[in-house]
Amino acid sequence: MAQGVWTIAEQRDGEIRKVTYEIVSEGRRLADALGQDLTVVLLGSGIKDKAAELGQYGADRVLVADDARLEPYTTDAYVSVISELVKANDPAILLIGATVEGKDLSARLSGRLGVGMAQDCTAFSVEDGNLVATRPIYAGKAYAKVTFENSWPQMATARPKVMTINEPDTGKSAEVIDASFSLDDSALKTRVVDTSKDESGKVDLTEADKIVSGGRGMKGPENYKILEDLADVIGASVGASRSAVDAGWRPHTDQVGQTGKVVSPNLYIACGISGAIQHLAGMSTSKVIVAINKDEDAPIFQKADYGVVADLFDVVPVLTEEVKKYL
Amino acid sequence: MNIICCLKQVPDTEAQIKVASDAKSIVTDDIKWVMNPYDEYGVEEGLRLKEKFGGEVTVVGLGPKRVTESIRTALAMGADKGMLIMDDALEGSDSLAVAKALAAAIKGLEYDLVFSGQRGVDDDMGVVGANLAEFLGIPHFSVIDKVEVSEDGKSVKVNRPIEGQTLVIESNLPALVTAQKGLNEPRYASLPGIMKAKKKPLEEKTLSDLGLDAAEFGEGARKVKIIELTPPPAREAGKIVEGETPQEKAAELAKLLHEEAKII
Ligand SMILES: Cc1cc2nc3c(=O)[nH]c(=O)nc-3n(C[C@H](O)[C@H](O)[C@H](O)COP(=O)(O)OP(=O)(O)OC[C@H]3O[C@@H](n4cnc5c(N)ncnc54)[C@H](O)[C@@H]3O)c2cc1C
Ligand SMILES: Nc1ncnc2c1ncn2[C@@H]1O[C@H](COP(=O)(O)O)[C@@H](O)[C@H]1O
Repeated sequence: MAQGVWTIAEQRDGEIRKVTYEIVSEGRRLADALGQDLTVVLLGSGIKDKAAELGQYGADRVLVADDARLEPYTTDAYVSVISELVKANDPAILLIGATVEGKDLSARLSGRLGVGMAQDCTAFSVEDGNLVATRPIYAGKAYAKVTFENSWPQMATARPKVMTINEPDTGKSAEVIDASFSLDDSALKTRVVDTSKDESGKVDLTEADKIVSGGRGMKGPENYKILEDLADVIGASVGASRSAVDAGWRPHTDQVGQTGKVVSPNLYIACGISGAIQHLAGMSTSKVIVAINKDEDAPIFQKADYGVVADLFDVVPVLTEEVKKYL
Repeated sequence: MNIICCLKQVPDTEAQIKVASDAKSIVTDDIKWVMNPYDEYGVEEGLRLKEKFGGEVTVVGLGPKRVTESIRTALAMGADKGMLIMDDALEGSDSLAVAKALAAAIKGLEYDLVFSGQRGVDDDMGVVGANLAEFLGIPHFSVIDKVEVSEDGKSVKVNRPIEGQTLVIESNLPALVTAQKGLNEPRYASLPGIMKAKKKPLEEKTLSDLGLDAAEFGEGARKVKIIELTPPPAREAGKIVEGETPQEKAAELAKLLHEEAKII
């Protein structure tokens, strides 16, 4: 019978990514609920020294797959290795972070293993020994609670920034095991030929703790400077509505909403954004929402914890100065 | 170059989503059904590649009869042929089953490149494309905002934005690409295009036409079971920040974010 909770670690350039601590922590909670062990699978090249510390977040053991062909991530290589390990060990639950790579991996892996998968979940529990996952659908216009049937491992991805990270217990370390796998070169059909890093130093919107977003009310690309200034001071990333993106003011990767990024920062400041249903769908799980809009009837105010009815060009620069007092 | 574009029909993004009384489905009465916005990017890219390399663009959809309308929209944009996989036994199928049926249909066609959307804006899964590629035994690239096919039509190079980076990845064809916003600006169907679309071939296939066993599809075969759907947790309008002038309001907001929300 399938046994144990597995989580797949995500690392980049040899550094463990934050989402890994989130799913390891959540994996620990599920493992405790089942009374089973938590195994983390760590893939990469020369990453073994990062394995043991995952024990601080609750991993009992870390299976390390170390191979030059596992850096950088490619779907082919990861799916090949993980599916082999899963088949050999038969875990009950497989948890992956719902990052761009995690969603890619889980999608193909579910096909390879022929199992069901719940993407981008915001809550998990164990009921009658089965994984129960809650996931927003229609970009958060509804929530679905799902479970699995005749499908092992029970597989799901967890939305970044939602799961609480366990307080690290520095006294603990995980047992580190070298995974045995055969990775055949013929399985590798795709090659990463180039990587360009975003030099802005800004955290991606899906992982940002705070977001300052600008819409059509910004009136032009040059005015985003005032949002950048505020963002720099409070440590936020800058987002945009689709109108701003379609006008060419901001890159499409900045778009928040049903056809853009679905975000859940601790603070979302919407400037000159009316609050169309597609935009709201993408940001209404933010913990605190601030709206700055000169139209008091703008629908965004229905969702905002703090509404400022005023011209954003008067408010934002002053806000930037005012928040400095508290930093 | 022959291109397949997958097309999912989804509720218009304007739609208010209401949970039905069975708590397992949504109320569809007032819903306007449209082509998944990400599939528009796939169809557009397919058309551009056809314009460059020649060949045909075939649109494949799976769902009830109403999906015909969205396939006609793609034909009106310029796609050559359509196929609708339609069977009562498909009702309630999960991603795995949908991909299986699409794969069976596409296996019988000639193709160099397959497009799907990066995710359906209904279930927000983003799984069918990768599963389909798996069942076709071809590589896939997901969430792609640039596609470049080599001059000889034998390989493809794509751009894949991930958090904080863009990767350039390549493979030989055939391959599958899941389309992301930024890939292109989809064209609108022209009036002559709409007229022409009416005469373009649109084939309908059942599961048995595809040599598939109905028992592996539909609600009963789901590996992911829906326990219940619920509306999102209500979010109430908060407070309007007081102040005589915008400057006062800004100062008050900063204070609230610090003292009350404790976030600054
Ligand atoms: C298929 C589809 C998908 C979509 N997906 C998305 C999506 O993912 N994300 C998204 O955002 N939208 C999406 N949209 C678009 C959406 O419907 C709205 O058109 C869009 O969100 C509006 O952007 P906005 O709020 O910036 O602009 P507007 O609605 O024009 O609002 C501008 C606001 O700025 C205010 N304003 C103007 N000047 C000032 C000032 N000086 N100071 C303060 N306030 C000011 C105005 O009062 C107004 O409320 C989608 C639409 C479709 C059809
Ligand atoms: N029923 C379907 N018919 C045709 N294509 C589909 C169907 N379901 C999903 N797809 C394709 O897969 C993409 C992702 O859908 P999903 O995995 O459901 O989020 C869609 O944009 C379509 O291109």
